[in-house]
Amino acid sequence: MTKAPNPSGESAFNRSAARQLALFGVAIVVGLVGLMWGLNLLASLTATAGGVPPAVDVANNAITVMLTEEPPQLDSTRSTDQVSGIVLGHVMEGLLRYDDRGELAPGMAEAWRIDEGGATFHLRADARWSDGQPVTAHDFVFAWRLGLDPENASEYAFILYPIKNAEAINQGELPVTELGARALDARTLEVEFERPIAFFDKLTAFSTYFPVREDFYRATEGRFGADADQLLYNGPFALSNWVHGQSLRLDRNPHYWDQARIRLDRINVGYITSDPNTRLNLFKDEKIVMTGLTAENLTNALEQRWHIHRHMDGSVFYLDFNHREGRLTRNLNLRKAMILAQDPGELVYKVTKTPGYLPGESLFPRFLEGVQGKFRDEHPAPTYPMDLQAARAHLEAARRELGLEAFPPLVLLAGDNPVSNIQTEYFQAVFKKNLGLDIKIDRQIFKQRLAKMTSGDFDLVLAGWGPDYNDPLTYGDLYASWNLNNRGRYSNPEYDRQVRIAQGAMDAQTRVAAFAEMQRIIHEDVVIIPNYERGVAYVTHPRVKGILRRVVGADTDYTYAWIEP
Amino acid sequence: MLRYSLKRLLQGLVTVFFIATATFFAMHSVPGDPLASDKALTERIRANLEAKYGLDQPLMTQYGIFLGNLLQGDFGISYTQENRRVNDIIREHFPVSATLGILAIAFAGLGGVLWGALTALYRNRLPDVLIMLAVILGISVPSFVFAALGQLLLVQLNGVLGFSVLPVAGWGTVAHMLVPSLVLGLGTMAYLTRLMRSSMLEIVGSDFVRTAKSKGLSARRIFTHHQLRNAILPVVTVLGPAIAAITTGGFVVEMVFAIPGLGRYFVQAVQQLDYTVIMGTTVFYGAFLVFMVIVVDLLYGWIDPRVRLE
Amino acid sequence: MAETAFTADDFRPAAVTESAQAVARPSLSYWQDAWIRLKANRRALFSLYLVIGLSLFTLVGPLIWTVDPSLQDLEQISQPPGADRDATVVAPHRPWDGAPELPLRSGLSLAASPTTQSVRLVWEPLPDAAGYRLYRNLFPAAGGQALGLPLFETFNLREPSAGEREGATPRKNQRRFEDRLDLKPRSYYYSVAALDAQGQMTGDVHRLELTVTRVITAQEAEAMGLVEDASLLNPGDRIKLRAHPLGTDYLGRDLLARLMAGARVSLFIGIAAPLLFIAFGVIYGAAAGFLGGWPDQALMRFSDFVVALPFLLFMILLRVASGVQPGESGITPMVLAMVLLSWPAAARLVRGQILQIREEGYISASRLLGGGAPYLVLRHMIPNTLGVILVTMTFAVPTAIFTEAFLSFIGMGVAPPTPSWGSMCNEGIKTMLTTPHELIFPALFISVTVLAFNLLGDGLRDALDARMRSAE
Repeated sequence: MTKAPNPSGESAFNRSAARQLALFGVAIVVGLVGLMWGLNLLASLTATAGGVPPAVDVANNAITVMLTEEPPQLDSTRSTDQVSGIVLGHVMEGLLRYDDRGELAPGMAEAWRIDEGGATFHLRADARWSDGQPVTAHDFVFAWRLGLDPENASEYAFILYPIKNAEAINQGELPVTELGARALDARTLEVEFERPIAFFDKLTAFSTYFPVREDFYRATEGRFGADADQLLYNGPFALSNWVHGQSLRLDRNPHYWDQARIRLDRINVGYITSDPNTRLNLFKDEKIVMTGLTAENLTNALEQRWHIHRHMDGSVFYLDFNHREGRLTRNLNLRKAMILAQDPGELVYKVTKTPGYLPGESLFPRFLEGVQGKFRDEHPAPTYPMDLQAARAHLEAARRELGLEAFPPLVLLAGDNPVSNIQTEYFQAVFKKNLGLDIKIDRQIFKQRLAKMTSGDFDLVLAGWGPDYNDPLTYGDLYASWNLNNRGRYSNPEYDRQVRIAQGAMDAQTRVAAFAEMQRIIHEDVVIIPNYERGVAYVTHPRVKGILRRVVGADTDYTYAWIEP
Repeated sequence: MLRYSLKRLLQGLVTVFFIATATFFAMHSVPGDPLASDKALTERIRANLEAKYGLDQPLMTQYGIFLGNLLQGDFGISYTQENRRVNDIIREHFPVSATLGILAIAFAGLGGVLWGALTALYRNRLPDVLIMLAVILGISVPSFVFAALGQLLLVQLNGVLGFSVLPVAGWGTVAHMLVPSLVLGLGTMAYLTRLMRSSMLEIVGSDFVRTAKSKGLSARRIFTHHQLRNAILPVVTVLGPAIAAITTGGFVVEMVFAIPGLGRYFVQAVQQLDYTVIMGTTVFYGAFLVFMVIVVDLLYGWIDPRVRLE
Repeated sequence: MAETAFTADDFRPAAVTESAQAVARPSLSYWQDAWIRLKANRRALFSLYLVIGLSLFTLVGPLIWTVDPSLQDLEQISQPPGADRDATVVAPHRPWDGAPELPLRSGLSLAASPTTQSVRLVWEPLPDAAGYRLYRNLFPAAGGQALGLPLFETFNLREPSAGEREGATPRKNQRRFEDRLDLKPRSYYYSVAALDAQGQMTGDVHRLELTVTRVITAQEAEAMGLVEDASLLNPGDRIKLRAHPLGTDYLGRDLLARLMAGARVSLFIGIAAPLLFIAFGVIYGAAAGFLGGWPDQALMRFSDFVVALPFLLFMILLRVASGVQPGESGITPMVLAMVLLSWPAAARLVRGQILQIREEGYISASRLLGGGAPYLVLRHMIPNTLGVILVTMTFAVPTAIFTEAFLSFIGMGVAPPTPSWGSMCNEGIKTMLTTPHELIFPALFISVTVLAFNLLGDGLRDALDARMRSAE
């Protein structure tokens, strides 16, 4: 320390000032403590008091879980996203449901009969809403009419189209009362089909088919499903509290018919965050019973010696080409060159690095059933093994066909999430290295990406598709020329013909043959470049058993879970 | 004073009106389709949705309707959280952000003044060097790194001790707020420390301090009445905008600590082009900010009598 | 105190000379004086060297370290600095027909020598197994402990369930597996666990520990530029992979090259944007503070208006308005947005100071001496606010760098593959625990930049500020 020039003046002054500051500091600390108690009081007004219980609460027979996002709303006739699907899967039940082995099981309906022309469902006598009133056939008719009512503008209305007149009603050509679904009496529901359909039973487990009670719906005055008290429940659990953005509390529904299968009394959704590291930390701190693992924190999970599980969620991811008139990617040789110049195995094993991901081979994922076994076992997907010489030959052919000197850069449209960032950068490098093709990455926020996909403002787009129902058609009709989700506007009369066969036939043999034909066309025409089938690695609390991951329906499903004593 | 305040408030209303107008037209000129979703929409559904949100009207009509609703304090219904009123979203989530923000500002403001004054007093000596190094660390490490590190530290701490000292994430009690608000306020605290040091140094060497000293005033009085009071002025100036930055910029902290604040909703709204939420939050925050600026300006006059308000 | 003896000589008047009045040293202008002061300040000088070093790193670095920052070395993903880089040349990967190349042992055994390309495993049946699950671990798992990452599951021998059609023939379980997932040259612990008919583990496990060697195909070596011609390499040859002095990132890209390329983006944004918006803010704030009255009111209300505009929205709008095409970096609209929307803070700060300074005695003195408004503002007021301006400036640098990082994160930043320090931090945070170098290096560079500008700002203030001179 340098010697102060004026010992009696300067440093005495500093000492005093330092003392002042120290006093000031103490005052700050005291003030802060006071402030925090005040805030605590304030916070208890805006949140569930007392904070969040631990992962496993044996005293209350409850578990705590987290969601990646806030459910936008819980109106089953309009819900579209996975998170709402999880919550609805716990608090609602359709005519049929999926059991703990993933098989269809009776739900609100105790018996049913389906044939070519229609179906009849017999509702169980003890099917009740959470206010104790019975669930009736009228509730289903009302919900389905609501789903199709053009005024309601449900995005999932199309899934009701197998019912007679549904499409016409949704287009505003017929009144909703013309719908081919009638309540013969309170417990008998009769459905007329537009055309024969082979998988209507599977559809009835989907959330758009869930019942809604008319008098309750009217009483909510447009806020149906917006809060815990704006919804009526008929599932194993009922929402008793919903603090938006923060927590939901699901309590056992005492009016649910199948009490025997419910072993938990309460499920707390304690946290809502999309940050994977936060979820990992919460799990590490024993605050939640399950979390998914990203490739980045696998090593950490191994160090912790956690029991890691894997699950294929049935989503397929691929590079979609733009097949519109005037686009370079309309050229088959260019598409062949590109698919031959890449190896989905390299993408999966070296870039995404998550166990459970499988290299993409087909639009139809492996879980789908064929005639006797799995569809993909009966009809193995043809693939293009990486072959750079052939790829370059195709590229040269494409260049000549298109009359180009050199290829201009192709635009690869992608979303803004981290996984797609890695993939776009990978593909950019791969096509540059192997074909000399320049790829421009067009990273867009969600709505702008969708707008560009709809208007066709791209050459390639990173896309993915998950199943709505457990039938290959949920993937197969994607490339029908009339399907609006066919963002690249691929159009092939032969493909359309096969889709119509699969839609109308009742016979498994015919349908599976049609799907095999679709798989072949997609391969030969290089409609897409399959990237991978998604899998998830996840960890669960050692004391909580029976947590189900599903391909269709609520993924994750805690309705069968229990706490091991 | 009262007349001045009223006048400022009136001007503030005009400012808010301009903010609303500018944001409204900016928002509508951003490309992208607010109604688009993962599943493609049929023409018919699209038309119905447009009618529901009034998007089928000409832009000027929409603007007129928006202003009319604004006068009644109604921001409409969210696009992404259908069936939920924007007013409810603000009412439920703003208090959370505000709580977090107030605590962060308290940490930042008080800590900044304290550390800043300390460094100025010990200029170029050990405490100064140490604090300034910490400050540089505080500003050169982004908040998302601090948030992640802070959370990791909590997990390790809880793991070592075997019980939960402080929660890792979530919201509800004062224990949930501590670490997030500290992380949120860290950058501002570093900034204020630096600012305070600089203005304090200038004041220590100024004539009036010398005069006060030679008058024989006690060191304590010089410090509180002459130095601190003058040096704090630039700190007060930046506090206004800092409050806004902290209450709106809490996005990262809110996400990492799973806090249901308004910051998260705002960023999501922009990404999702949720028109009503964008307008609601912008107008609300704009009004809040303008109000804070007025408060700061009034504080100015109170701390420094030389600044005449008129 | 030492005694001093005085003599009569000490009290004699000094001789009259001319030189006492002469100016001994050359007269210095304000800037010359400031420069001398800056040079005398060791810390400031050090920071100046740092800034020069950073500029050299950015501008000259890529000329010396000529590695392409977007070149992906998939054999060396997330390598820490100084990792071993020996590799053996092998033939390209072929799908496996199941035939073993090595003699099989009992239990779980290798069908071919384990390489980073693939690990081929075959196992003998376990008693009563209805299926098998294969795990891979980085650590040996004792009995009862978690076996690691589940890689593969086969489960075909269960009873046909109610939903399955009649006549479904159960197939034999596959008892081999080829692991290609993210293999690193290190030891792995594989286990195969038997599953019962319910899909639960029976407790019977085969275990195998093995060490993977790093391999590369001749084609890959050629593509990476390690050899001129792939045909020169034969399987079994040893080869050294590319050197990465600071390691690689999640796609095997050279971190040093990326830091250099990222410096161009981050330093440009971190310096250009703050310089511009603070300069504007200073002029604006000074004008408002000096003029006072209604012009001040109007100017400040306008700044309130700008502060409250949502940054993200206007940022997107500016990008669109300036016609950024996909693939273009979009740095200019980003800087523009920052300048257009960030100046009010500086303006408010300067105005506050000017309001204060306006009342000072020396301003009145200067005014009385006939100083005009521009002279007063430029000569007296702004130099006296330099302290806070420089502080604001030094803080605006990291803020601008992080704004870019945040924008990159949500897809509005610089277009890939152009790196920036901020976006590298964003990526690095995800693997903070396993490969910390991906976070530490970019964070370190940001810190050094901030440190340099802080010290430089300090030095400049000390050198330029008139009041500091008198205080010393």
